[in-house]
Amino acid sequence: MNGVHDMGGMQDFGPIRPERNEPVFHARWEGRMQAIWSALGTWGKWNLDFSRQTREFLPPAVYLALNYHQLRYAQVVELLAGSSLATRAEIETGRPAKGTQKAAPPLTAAKVPAWFANGNPKRRDVAVAPTFKAGQRVRARNINPATHTRLPRYARGKFGIVEQDHGVFVFPDTNAQGLGEKPQHVYSVRFAARELWGEQAKPRDNVVVALWDDYLEPA
Amino acid sequence: MDGTRRNFLKTAATAAGAAATPGLAQAQSDGQVQGNAHQTVPSDLTLRVKSLESLLVEKGLVDRAALDALVDTFENKVGPRNGARVVAKAWVDPTYKQRLLADPDRAIAELGYGGQQGEHMIVVENTPAVHNMIVCTLCSCYPWPVLGLPPVWYKSAPYRSRSVIDPRGVLREFGLELSDDVEVRVWDSTAELRYLVLPERPAGTEGLSEDALAELVTRDAMVGVAKVLPSKQGAKG
Repeated sequence: MNGVHDMGGMQDFGPIRPERNEPVFHARWEGRMQAIWSALGTWGKWNLDFSRQTREFLPPAVYLALNYHQLRYAQVVELLAGSSLATRAEIETGRPAKGTQKAAPPLTAAKVPAWFANGNPKRRDVAVAPTFKAGQRVRARNINPATHTRLPRYARGKFGIVEQDHGVFVFPDTNAQGLGEKPQHVYSVRFAARELWGEQAKPRDNVVVALWDDYLEPA
Repeated sequence: MDGTRRNFLKTAATAAGAAATPGLAQAQSDGQVQGNAHQTVPSDLTLRVKSLESLLVEKGLVDRAALDALVDTFENKVGPRNGARVVAKAWVDPTYKQRLLADPDRAIAELGYGGQQGEHMIVVENTPAVHNMIVCTLCSCYPWPVLGLPPVWYKSAPYRSRSVIDPRGVLREFGLELSDDVEVRVWDSTAELRYLVLPERPAGTEGLSEDALAELVTRDAMVGVAKVLPSKQGAKG
C-alpha cells in the first residue's frame, strides 16, 4: 500500500535528535506493550506480514501522530479484535466477557529464553529456482498494490544490479493476505543513488534494497 | 481493503489517536513528527496498557511472569554490548572476521547470540573506501540479538525518510562528515535480513585487548551513523 509508513525519500520531517544514554523503554507501559505484543504472537493467530499490514492500515494521520509504542498499542487492539482473541468491548472495559473460559497461554516464563533464541526464521528450505543471478542488471517492477508490500516506492521502476542471492524466503505480499508463503529468492539489489534521486546525489553513493523475485524484472 | 475493514480500523485507531493527541501537539510544536514524542506520552496510555494486560492475563492469553521475562530480555539480555563483542573479536581474529562476513549467523552464534530479529544476519564491513549505514524505511527492523531494541531516532520519521535520499546530511547530524571519495552505501532493511556494520578499527588501538576494544564500540558505529573513536572519552550512544 502506498501509505505513510513507506517513508524512504520523504523530506521535511525535521532533525533526527538522538538521545544520550537512552533507556530501552521510557516508561513501564512501553516495555509491557512490547512484551504483550511478543507474547500474543505465540498464539499463531497472525503472521508477521499480516501484523505489519495491520499497522500500515491505520489511518495516515494517526500513524504519523503515534510514537512506536503507541502505534504498537493500536496495532495490538486491531489484531486482538480481528482474531477474536478479545473483543473491543473487553478491551474497552479491561474485563473478560461473562462466561469466558480461561485459556492457557502458550508462552510461559520458562519458555521465554527458547522463544527468543529460536527466533522466527523466514528462510524456507524448499527448492525454488532463482530468476536472477549476482551481477545481473534488473529493474524493480512498477507495482502499486493496495495491500502490504515490502517494495518501497522509491525503488519502483528503477534499475539496479543484483549483488547477492540470499536464498528462499516467505513472500510478504501473499503471506499478509493469507494467500500462502509463496517462497522465493531474496536478493540484495544495489541502486546507484543517482538512479534513485538524480543529480543531487553523490556519484559514488548507493542504496542496497533487499528484494524478492516477484519485485524484479530483467533489464 | 473493503470499506468495512477501513471503518473497523478507524474506530480503534481513534481510541489510540485520542490517547496520543497531547503527544501529537508536542511533536508538532517541536516541528517533528513521530520523533521524541514519547516524552509527553499521555497518562491515558499507561492506564490503557495496564487494563489490556490485566484483561489478557485474566483471559489466560498471556502469562504475567512471561511478560516480566520478556521485558527483562529486552532490557538486560540483548543490547549493543553483544554486537560490540562480535566487532572486537572480528578486529583481533582475522579468521573469525572471515567467518563473520561469510556466514554471519553461525559466527555470531559462536559468541552465544542469535534469535528473534536476528535470524538472518548480514555483516557489512566499513573500509576507508566504503561507509555502510543501516535503515528500515518501511518500519523499524533492527538486529535485536546484537544491538537490542532500536533507539527512538532509528524508528523516527526523520531518520527513516532521509537516510536513503540524504545519507550524508544524516551523517552530518551525527557529527560525521565524509569525503566525496568515500562511497556511502545505505542498506534498507526491506526483507527479513538484518544488518550489522563492522566498523573500522581505529588507529592507535593496536595494544588494546579484545575486552578493551569492545568497550570502544558504540551502537551508533554498528548502525553506521558514527565511527569508532580510539578512546572512550569520545565514545557515545
